[in-house]
Amino acid sequence: MNASTEVYRLIAFLVGLIAFAALNAAYLVWLERKVCGHIQRRIGPKEVGPYGLLQPIADGIKLMTKQVMLPPQVDPVLFRIAPALVLIPAVMSFVVIPFSENLVAREINVGLLMVFAFASVNVLGLLVGGWGSANKYAVISAARCVSQNVAYEIPMLITVITMVMITGTMNLNEIVMQQPDITRWYVFRFTASPLAPVAFIIFFICSLAETNRAPFDLGEAESELIAGFHTEYSGMGFGLFFMGEYANIVIGTSLATILFLGGWQSPVPFIPGGWWWFLAKVYFLIFCVMWIRWTYPRTTLWGLLNLSWKILIPISLLNLLLTGGMLKLMPLAGGAG
Amino acid sequence: MGKESVPEAIVRFAPLDKLLGLGRANSLWPMTFGLACCAIEMMATGAARFDLARFGAEVFRPSPRQCDVMIVAGTISKKMAPAVQTLYDQMPEPKWVIAMGNCAISGGPFSFKGQYGIVEGADKLFPVDIYIPGCPPRPEALIEGILELEEKITGKRRWPRVEA
Repeated sequence: MNASTEVYRLIAFLVGLIAFAALNAAYLVWLERKVCGHIQRRIGPKEVGPYGLLQPIADGIKLMTKQVMLPPQVDPVLFRIAPALVLIPAVMSFVVIPFSENLVAREINVGLLMVFAFASVNVLGLLVGGWGSANKYAVISAARCVSQNVAYEIPMLITVITMVMITGTMNLNEIVMQQPDITRWYVFRFTASPLAPVAFIIFFICSLAETNRAPFDLGEAESELIAGFHTEYSGMGFGLFFMGEYANIVIGTSLATILFLGGWQSPVPFIPGGWWWFLAKVYFLIFCVMWIRWTYPRTTLWGLLNLSWKILIPISLLNLLLTGGMLKLMPLAGGAG
Repeated sequence: MGKESVPEAIVRFAPLDKLLGLGRANSLWPMTFGLACCAIEMMATGAARFDLARFGAEVFRPSPRQCDVMIVAGTISKKMAPAVQTLYDQMPEPKWVIAMGNCAISGGPFSFKGQYGIVEGADKLFPVDIYIPGCPPRPEALIEGILELEEKITGKRRWPRVEA
């Protein structure tokens, strides 16, 4: 492949990924409102276009033409860059996600590390937004988000270290290659780690907490903190925070799919694997995220931190030790074998 | 002089204005904000039986910065009036106000000679677009009010009006 085709390829992927992130955010909001409606025995958006499908477009027009307010007491620089700091890392993480065997913008051998490096910047965006707003509720919310994200990054990373020990690689496409059929998905690979499904559940809970979704959405607890860190944002500033949140959900569920559910590999022998399987698994997990959000009430802050420090971290450490022991005793059982 | 020919405008904004109107009318986000018993009816409107979500107007935003329409649901006491005024001022343009119920329209049953505690109507504080009578109005009436507001923004009625 020569240099100019490589450039065109990267530009095509760049445009494609940004469009994917934006469309996803718009239509996941629609899906969320529909799912929420049906869970609450309502219909949800219905009148704006067929099945309410034009609702995200109406919302987009509304948000883009809304007055952008810069309240007098805010820090103008921090206030303006915060939404971008939330959205850009999320979109950057898409670069290493393999949608299918060949459909990956840039296959690098530390892909997993890169996703987690960018996922940590997201918290900075929330903190900067809350701090720059100079609003006491926004600052409290930002502090909560940071403590929550720090607490949940630890069990998440311990789980990921366990997976890296089993797979022996951080290249996301190679991890998918190691799971060709449903019995060899890492969520069922009991020979490598007897706690594999538990590891998947821990990873899923942590990705819920990392993206500030209910029941862990303490950052935007409406009854206590108005709207949290985006209290002072109007129009598209708020819209960008939302797009960032949904892009982060897609990243979290994609990682869960790649690490545990076989990525783009097909679970059944008669349908070939490809991007359709990847998207089907990701959207199923996203549906579960919404299902959880509209089923459980919000936890308290101490309940949230207790869950992390007293339950998730000990279990994930135990899982790490068990996996290490299994790999030492039966080196052929796990890994690429 | 005869007929004067007016050259056609090169730049036309009317279709754009229509598009913006349609967008705004179909995503009216109200404020999470209730003052008295009308708020209970407002909650019922959002719930399963009446389902305000059908019109895309169920996104009750807690922050005034993200709202489009303020539903003044209930009695505005003189003590509450500065807070309500502040909330209105904090909303970014374009913004609309619905006065829901007799208290928000005119003080309702609390308006009598010598009363000292009530602001007699939300329009004493800020401009009101839609008045919904009733004490309290039924959820259907609030939905009708939202449809009236949509008609005010786009110039078109969504559904045929029901004759009495």
